[in-house]
Amino acid sequence: MRILADMFLLIGATFTLFGSIGLIRMPDVYNRIQAGTKAVTLGSISLLIGISLLYPQWWSKLLIIGLLILITNPLGSSTIARALLKSGVQPWKKVETNTPEENSNG
Amino acid sequence: MATKPETEEGSGLADGLFLFVVVLLFWMLLTGSLDPSEIITGAVVALVVTLTSRPHLSIYSGVRITPMAILPIINYLGVFFWELILANIDMARRVLSPSLPLRPAVVEVRTDLRSPLGRLALANSITLTPGTLTVDVQDQTLLVHWVDAPPDIDIENATRKITTKFERHLKGFLK
Repeated sequence: MRILADMFLLIGATFTLFGSIGLIRMPDVYNRIQAGTKAVTLGSISLLIGISLLYPQWWSKLLIIGLLILITNPLGSSTIARALLKSGVQPWKKVETNTPEENSNG
Repeated sequence: MATKPETEEGSGLADGLFLFVVVLLFWMLLTGSLDPSEIITGAVVALVVTLTSRPHLSIYSGVRITPMAILPIINYLGVFFWELILANIDMARRVLSPSLPLRPAVVEVRTDLRSPLGRLALANSITLTPGTLTVDVQDQTLLVHWVDAPPDIDIENATRKITTKFERHLKGFLK
């Protein structure tokens, strides 16, 4: 049980890390929101599962936290994206070039 | 989000009952005990909440309350969590690959769901699935930001794929 819980905690932490890397590497705000939302949602749910395996008596509160994250996290992201689009922030477009791309500068 | 109140008032009692059950379940999860006194207190609170907020809450009116709705809900949750995991693996792959493979575009997607709750669920689902982010909802058109839009052949058909896999199940329990 302990090992399973640790696995979930590790998976959650890893996806949250990927989300953070995405926030830095993505070229524009919309893609950053995408990286942030998805990774953090699954990451936190995985963390919650891990915690509920460690402390089974907390399951009802953890379930509520999970539900609220599932509903509010994507909603908040779309609201931010909507506000950005309304205020005129254009989505990033890749410039097509003939030369092979050197895009690894982060 | 542009939510327009539902005009039909036919199933007001059922909606109220649904709201009551949701509030009561929420209470029971928060208290975390099945003690009779807790449940009675919760029932009273849920009743007061239902009576005071029901006339102002139109969002619950889109739910189909039938036993037939259970199967679509389970299907939907299964599809949803599977897509969420896929989305994260996809996003991790994009983020970690040195060339940053992105072809972003903003596309319009139409939906058949009419109720505010249905469109909210669909919008949230789209946001959490591979490479798509709902930007705006206007009546029955969703504005979706797509990380990896296929180069513009048959974009209509490609966008349809985003919605149908959720819509199919959502239609079972939401209007």
